[in-house]
This record gives sequence, C-alpha cells and structure tokens, in this order.
Amino acid sequence: MASLRDIKTKINSTKKTKQITKAMEMVSAAKLTKAQNKAESFLPYTAKIREVVSSIAAGDQEISHPMLEDREEVKRTGYLVITSDRGLAGAYNSSLLRHTYQTIQERHESQDEYGIIVMGRVGRDFFKKRNMPVVQEIVGVADEPEYAEIKNIAETTVEMFTDEFFDEIYIHFNHFISAISQKVTETKLLPLTDVTNGEENTTQTEGEDEAENKGQLEYIYEPSAEVILEQLLPHYAESIIFGSLLDAKASEFGARMTAMSSATDNADDRIGELNLSYNRARQAAITQEINEIVGGASALE
Amino acid sequence: MKTMQANVVTPDGKVYEGDVEMVSVKTSEGGLGILPGHLPLVTPLTIGAVRAKKDGNIQLIAVNGGFMEVRSDEVNVLAESAELPSDIDVARARAAKERAERRLDKAKKDDIDFKRAELALKRAINRLDVAEK
Repeated sequence: MASLRDIKTKINSTKKTKQITKAMEMVSAAKLTKAQNKAESFLPYTAKIREVVSSIAAGDQEISHPMLEDREEVKRTGYLVITSDRGLAGAYNSSLLRHTYQTIQERHESQDEYGIIVMGRVGRDFFKKRNMPVVQEIVGVADEPEYAEIKNIAETTVEMFTDEFFDEIYIHFNHFISAISQKVTETKLLPLTDVTNGEENTTQTEGEDEAENKGQLEYIYEPSAEVILEQLLPHYAESIIFGSLLDAKASEFGARMTAMSSATDNADDRIGELNLSYNRARQAAITQEINEIVGGASALE
Repeated sequence: MKTMQANVVTPDGKVYEGDVEMVSVKTSEGGLGILPGHLPLVTPLTIGAVRAKKDGNIQLIAVNGGFMEVRSDEVNVLAESAELPSDIDVARARAAKERAERRLDKAKKDDIDFKRAELALKRAINRLDVAEK
C-alpha cells in the first residue's frame, strides 16, 4: 500500500486539478452566454437578406444568377470546416473531423476533386498531417468573433465559387443544440439552391420562420433586381459563413463546459477514493502502533 | 408628424433603431430620401452617411455599403459595418486613410490592390466625415 504521504500528495494534486477544471467550466459558461447573445444579435441580418433574396426569387420575373444554380458538372468540391483553436472540449473537434474525413473519403477518389478551407488550429493540424489539400486557413479567431475578422476568408471562399475553382461548397461545423449537445452538421453553402426552394437552412433558427410568414411584398428594385441579386448574394453567402462560425463558437463553449464539468465530477470521485484509502492507511498505521505498544507492554510483564 | 421605424443592422448586431420622420441615404444611383408611407423598395447603398431625422434632429450613421429595404412603416438598412459618430475611432480612421493613400500612390490603376485601397480610402473618409459633423 502506498505510504500516507504519497496519498496525501495525490489528493492535493487532484484538488488543484479540480480547481482548474471548475474554473474553466465557469469561464466557458460565461463565454457560452456571450456567444449565444452574439448569435442572436446576428440573426436579424441574415433573416432580412434572406427575405429579400427569396422575394426576388419568388417574383414573376425570370431571374437567374450563377450563385443560385447547380452547376452541370461538379469538378471540385470545397469543404469549409470550422474547428476550435484549443482542445479540452471533449469530442467537439474529433467527432467533427472524423465526420468530415469520412465524408471526403466516401465522396472523392483523388485530391483534385476537393479542397479544404479550415478555421481553427486543431482542424488545420489534422488535415496538414494527413496531407490533404488545405487551400485556405485561419487560426486565432476571437471567442466573440467580429464580422470584420472573417470577412476576408468569407469573401475569398465565395470568390472561389464564382471563379469556378469550386463548383460547390459545403460547411461542416458543430451546430449548437444545447449546452450539453452539439450536432455535427453539413450545410450546403453554395450554390444557394435552397433560397429559391424556400427550404429551411440548417444554420438558421427561429428568426427565419417569422420572416417567411410575413408574406412576400412586391418590392420596387432600384436600379434592377439583377443588380441587387448581384450584390446581395455574395453578402448572403458570407453571412451564412459568419452565422455558422457563431453557431460553432457557441457549440465549442458548450462542449468545453460539459467536458470540464465531467472532469470536475471525476476529480471529486477520485478525491473520494483517495480519501478512503488515506483513512484506511492511517487506521492501519494506528492499529499497528497500538499492537506494538500492547506487545511491548506484555513483554515487560 | 408621421413616423416610421428605422433600423440599421450589421452582422455584429443592431447599430441604430428608432422612430424617425425621414431617412436619407446615398445609393449607387444618387441620393434618396424616404418618408413614411413609401412603396416597398430595395436598393443597394454606397459607402456614405445615412441620415435619420427624428424630432427635427438629424442622426448620422456611417455605413459601409450594404442595402436598404423600405416598407410603408419601416426602413431597414443592412450593412457589413455601420457606426454612430460617437463609436467612430477617429485616430484609426485617419491612420487607415493615410495607409490607403500611400497604397494608392504605389499600386497600378487596374490592380486589385488599387480597388481595395480605393474602397478603404472611401470608408475612412466617410467615417471621418461623419465623426466630424
């Protein structure tokens, strides 16, 4: 049996670990609230753009735009994968990356058929290590991202589609369901076929239904509907990217909070076990000492 | 006086909301003033100032492009970024203006950098204009 002192040291170090995990849990909880607020304040923006785009699309005029239509031949597919920069978030990154990796293996035979745009250090390292074609990367996105931060990567991603480098683009990220549950989600970013179909986009939540229920207005388009689509669609695609990022951030903090709370629970269990064996060892030592005294006394008689 | 609801929304949240008597904006086709009861309209905006008139006072908002949606009792301006004069970092805008001017001197006219610098310059000037009025 380990000595009393060894057990004591273990108890102390487990207690210290517990303090850290507890603190991280609380920090993540605070950040989660902020991330949720942020995602909420962003909703009206996409909801509005979407409303206008779909009302143009629903109008009588025959309007088409390259960003709204499937390409006949898909030569290369882009994957935008949103991971976190730091670990200690449970299965947050690993389940997402496993999903992306499997999807890519299933869909594509050679590396020429796809390209990866990755956000977050964990994902970047993952794909680089496997020699997969990472065409763009961004790391060190703030916990509460500003639109300006990712504007560049969002713009170039959309440009890659319009320049026909990619013929379709998917976003892979963890969709926030609740603090304890996140779902790995694949959303089609481009072409924006679902706008015209009026289908629900997976990245968007409540705000959207409201917007759709208001009914379509007959807008005057100044100077013309085409010009507006031309300007609006890239913005819309970029805002979907930003929305997914905000969603993924909220998931990240949720995942981290859950991971840290179970780490804290485990530390508690461990401390309990260690305390038990500490007390046993202490009791054994006392019993032994008494035995020695009694033995010594009876030897004197 | 009749009023309408005006909102200026960016991806980072709402910048301005209020009941206003008139909104005037700069579109790619020229200046445009909106009064309550306007027909539904959608139009792109250029980098410039949005003026919202409320109780005789004019509130300036610097917007970076985007577009405007008008309904009879509501005006929504959606832009990638927008700032109230009090939120503008004048020192930063000035620095951005100088940087853009330096780049414009260097870059060739048909360069993509030239266009970027031109836009950056416009944004900076717009911010400074709004902040100083």
